[in-house]
Amino acid sequence: MFVESFRMALRNIKSNKMRSFLTMLGIVIGVAAVIGLVTIVQGVTSRVMDEFSDLGAGMMSVSAPGTALKRGLTESDVETLRAIDGVEGVSPNLSTTGSAVKNREIFDNVTIEGDDLSYFQRNSSMLEEGRIFNASEADGNTYVCMVDKTFVTKVLNGTDPIGQTVRLNGIEYTIIGRLGANNSMMSMSDTSNSDGTVYLPYRNVMHMTGTAQIQSLEVYTKDGADSSAVESALRAALDRIYNNADNAYAVINMESLLSVMDTVSGMLTTMLGGIAAISLLVGGIGIMNMMLVSVTERTREIGLRKALGAEPRRIQIQFLMESILLSLIGGAIGIVFGLLIAFIGSSVLNTTFRISYGAIALGAGFSAAVGIIFGWMPAKRASELNPIDALRAD
Amino acid sequence: MAGDEILYMHDICKDYVMADSVLHVLKNITLTVRKGQFLAILGPSGSGKSTLMNIIGCLDVPTSGDYWLAGRYVADEDETSLSHIRNREIGFVFQSFQLLQRQTALENVELPLIYANMPEKKRKERAQECLEMVGLSDKMDNYPNQLSGGQQQRVAIARAMANHPSILLADEPTGALDQRTGAQVMELFHELNDEGNTIIMITHDSKIASHAKRIVKILDGVISEGDTSDA
Ligand SMILES: Nc1ncnc2c1ncn2[C@@H]1O[C@H](COP(=O)(O)OP(=O)(O)OP(=O)(O)O)[C@@H](O)[C@H]1O
Ligand SMILES: [Mg+2]
Repeated sequence: MFVESFRMALRNIKSNKMRSFLTMLGIVIGVAAVIGLVTIVQGVTSRVMDEFSDLGAGMMSVSAPGTALKRGLTESDVETLRAIDGVEGVSPNLSTTGSAVKNREIFDNVTIEGDDLSYFQRNSSMLEEGRIFNASEADGNTYVCMVDKTFVTKVLNGTDPIGQTVRLNGIEYTIIGRLGANNSMMSMSDTSNSDGTVYLPYRNVMHMTGTAQIQSLEVYTKDGADSSAVESALRAALDRIYNNADNAYAVINMESLLSVMDTVSGMLTTMLGGIAAISLLVGGIGIMNMMLVSVTERTREIGLRKALGAEPRRIQIQFLMESILLSLIGGAIGIVFGLLIAFIGSSVLNTTFRISYGAIALGAGFSAAVGIIFGWMPAKRASELNPIDALRAD
Repeated sequence: MAGDEILYMHDICKDYVMADSVLHVLKNITLTVRKGQFLAILGPSGSGKSTLMNIIGCLDVPTSGDYWLAGRYVADEDETSLSHIRNREIGFVFQSFQLLQRQTALENVELPLIYANMPEKKRKERAQECLEMVGLSDKMDNYPNQLSGGQQQRVAIARAMANHPSILLADEPTGALDQRTGAQVMELFHELNDEGNTIIMITHDSKIASHAKRIVKILDGVISEGDTSDA
């Protein structure tokens, strides 16, 4: 019964090629829009999210310029923050510009960064050569440093940096490691005319600059710790430190940023999907229209089929099959076009093109649903035609 | 009821309710048709022939009265079983042929077999057999518009016979044909009747009706038996 209905449906679609095509077009556009837009949005979001989580999953960055009474944070404040439940480590970020002397040559434009050991442990992928300093070397009285590639090129003339010594602001340091590109958000500044960067334990930088204030730091949460609980504990501690003064500090929680982005992208997907779904709806109405015309045109045929013994159910299935087939073919073409749009879109936006099976399932499901929903009424009408009236119709 | 009664109608009435009046189209019709009979229902235009045929063919229901067809009380059946009755017990032949224009002669003959759920191979064989029977074995793949009127009506007869119906029910089968082709169709009816098929033919033409072995006259919805020479 289904095989025959399928054949008859196919025959009818074929015999009205132009009309079938135009009707299908609505579904094609709707499905292509759903798939194209959803895939593009998902591609963009997943790229942005990847970048964000590379930068700071499990990390909060704190900037604490402080108040007129109390500028920045002291070492003991940092210790207080380290003691918070769920905090794995706190790394002050200090940065200054200084001079380096090597082989009697002076380089004035050296960026000097001071971070805690935990910073380098977290960003261990930065290390390309040698080692990072250990806990005992981080006391502020040991003079070891890591350098970046620019420093090796400009100051060391490209020689192997490990084990060499260099004078930084007058103090001799031993180079123990070389670091690659820095992923940290805190040091994204472009330094094309710089003489490179050296990385020191942050206490060394505090001594070097003679400051006791820390204005910028990163707080790392333990794996599995509740990020928002840690954040509120952190804020409470900072409030205590600054006596509840307004605007003394700011905390950016990467995790909550990520979840906000997740929400936004979800909303965007829903919204675009909704807009595309409206075009599917329009396509569905097109199908219903065509099916109603088709039922009217074929009234005589329906009457004859009934006279020859077609059950009402069979007539209904035949017409329903026709509308489902019509919208499924449209859906299939739409999926192909949608993926094409997504592919072009992702290469234009420079995001990775990932076939979203969810979107394909959505497109196929939607078009089948449209076929059933909008084909139902015309099919029902056909099945209920009175054969005498139908046979008499002209 | 005797065992060879294929159709039995008792006191069948059909009224059409109009805006301001009721039209009594069929009035207390009682009719028995036995297996193997060739019956003509003869009457002028508007006498209620088609209305009667629609009731016989289970396309329409009477306003009152009892109707048994092939042992079944028709009023008790729902739409779905009525379509099964039409499929198995009735073979329709219409004045205007009623062939599907987009399908070949063979496919047209296959239609009732499809609705009887006959497997494809068997169905094709049976359809070919029926077309051979009406002398159209060389026209099976022709579309209706590639056939003459007489040929089209023979395709329609082949289609009507495909499912071995209890009754071949023909409404003005020669109405759209000229005398010669009409005579050919009558010839075919005789052959089919000689093979034992029951035929009910509706016509307003007494010459055509004279081909039948039994004539029932209908006038203003009332039937009367004509000259009876029971087969
Ligand atoms: N659906 C209907 N509603 C109202 N009146 C109807 C309907 N169908 C038929 N009639 C009336 O019933 C009467 C009989 O009609 P019917 O079609 O049975 O005549 P007929 O004998 O077949 O005539 P013809 O030889 O012209 O085909 C006619 O007067 C017709 O107007
Ligand atoms: Mg008539």
